Amino acid sequence: MFKKENNLAGYIFISPWLIGFLLLTLWPITQSLYLSFTNYSMLDVGAPTWLGTDNYVKILTDDSTFTKSLTVTFLFVLVSVPLKLFFSLMVAMALVKSLRGMNVYRTAIYFPSLIGGSIAVAALWRNMFGADGYINHVLSWIGIEGTAWISNPDTALGTLILLNTWQFGSTMVIFLAGLKQIPGELYESASVDGAGRIRKFFSITLPMLSPVMFFNLVLGIIGSFQMFTAAFIITNGGPVNSTYMYALFLYEKAFKHYQMGYASALAWILLVIVALLTLINFVASRYWVFYESDGGKTK
Amino acid sequence: MKTFRSKVLPHILLIAFSLLMIYPVIWWVGASLKPAAELSLPTIWPSDPMWENYSNGWNYSNQHSFGRFFANTLLMELGNVVGGVITAALVAYGFGRLNFKLRGMWFAILLLTMMLPTQVTIVPQYILFNNFGFTDSYVPLVLPHFFGGGAFFIFLLVQFIRGLPRDLDEAAKIDGASVYGIFFRIILPLIKPALVTVGIFTFIWSWDDFFGQLLYLSSVSKFTVGLGLRMFIDQFDVQWGQLLAMSLLSVMPSALIFMFAQKYFVEGIATTGLKG
Repeated sequence: MFKKENNLAGYIFISPWLIGFLLLTLWPITQSLYLSFTNYSMLDVGAPTWLGTDNYVKILTDDSTFTKSLTVTFLFVLVSVPLKLFFSLMVAMALVKSLRGMNVYRTAIYFPSLIGGSIAVAALWRNMFGADGYINHVLSWIGIEGTAWISNPDTALGTLILLNTWQFGSTMVIFLAGLKQIPGELYESASVDGAGRIRKFFSITLPMLSPVMFFNLVLGIIGSFQMFTAAFIITNGGPVNSTYMYALFLYEKAFKHYQMGYASALAWILLVIVALLTLINFVASRYWVFYESDGGKTK
Repeated sequence: MKTFRSKVLPHILLIAFSLLMIYPVIWWVGASLKPAAELSLPTIWPSDPMWENYSNGWNYSNQHSFGRFFANTLLMELGNVVGGVITAALVAYGFGRLNFKLRGMWFAILLLTMMLPTQVTIVPQYILFNNFGFTDSYVPLVLPHFFGGGAFFIFLLVQFIRGLPRDLDEAAKIDGASVYGIFFRIILPLIKPALVTVGIFTFIWSWDDFFGQLLYLSSVSKFTVGLGLRMFIDQFDVQWGQLLAMSLLSVMPSALIFMFAQKYFVEGIATTGLKG
């Protein structure tokens, strides 16, 4: 389009984002790195006191809550991300067909996801999975004696994972968009060659969908590491820290105990973990993500 | 048999699955009218609907009613949506159509910020806003929307703009339009549907952004609906009927928008999201 450079205009248009990036992202990141090497409570008038690597040493060698919280978070990510991907792909495949009334189905299925992240749904969940809640009543009909799902350390995390999976809508919609872009001729010619449904799924759908799968996977992992509201409202990290998600741990360190330096070190450890996982994902993607060679799709 | 498998069976499965997904929501409607004793029963409708769950819940806090919380949240949302839409349109045009030095680098950084865990910036941001005396106000919640806080939306819109045919731009350019003229007269009208999608998602996501509200708002007079709901949960003896009633009301704005703008959801993401 504009072949010659439009430096002034370009920077004018992106300036809102650029200013925001410099002031509200880049500056805080460097501040956070600095604070992570200090002891700072914000409540004191004094400046942060330099500690060197003390915060990191303490977190990594002498903080059992950190270990617990990280374990819980990893478990959550490890189970809920694949579950959600699998589930949303299956639903998307069911919804991609053009059937009469499909919009109604899509609405009903998407609706829980629309409101799912809200505190309102967390409250609903807390009630339904309570010891004397709705779920246990239904189970008692079929002769199963339910447990107090939320106050039992063995099942509490499971209820959060279930809630997370119930909100599969945005992932599903992205799959749906991806499915719609797979050219129908591919399936037709596969049919001519005598390929069955399962063969088509593994030889056409999955490879063609792999860039979308990759996108959902990367963002899903990053998002799950930051899960906060449900853990805060439904279980508040308990029982016995079995749902003490990393974001909740960090929040309490920073804004309940006002250990801002320590919390910043926790944030940087999180950043390193997420960055490493994302990097691994990108490297691994070379082996399984399929991009059309004609350059039609780059992401 | 063949027609059954291809015509009827999919509908049966889809109806069953839709019901399964939406069932908790339907149950929720009934539960909001139930007395405490009936709450855990799987029955949908209470034997004697307790409409006072709504009136009592509405005035649960003796300082401010939920009317206040709704007004607060809507006011905040007005800022968020206006800021989010304007910023996304401007920035996306810059990245999508203009050619300037370091564009590639900045765009890569924009994509990277989408992956940045908010925890990394939250502590210094809080200190920053606190130093300016902005805590316990809507400034820390609204301001980022005016400064490209919705990196994801900018990204979607850039993809959308790149997918638009360039003939119109070229024609306008030959007619002597400047880059600004092209933005206002050509691009802006074309991206209107995508901007509606951005506005809707900004609204719904910031309605649910409980973490930010929890962090920055402390006086009850400034509470959002989400924080109002939390007041119920903090109690030892939770008033579940009232809480579920108010919770249900709290998702109504998002639900209504969803009903009226349904096509923008699936189609919006489908067309903006993943091409190019």
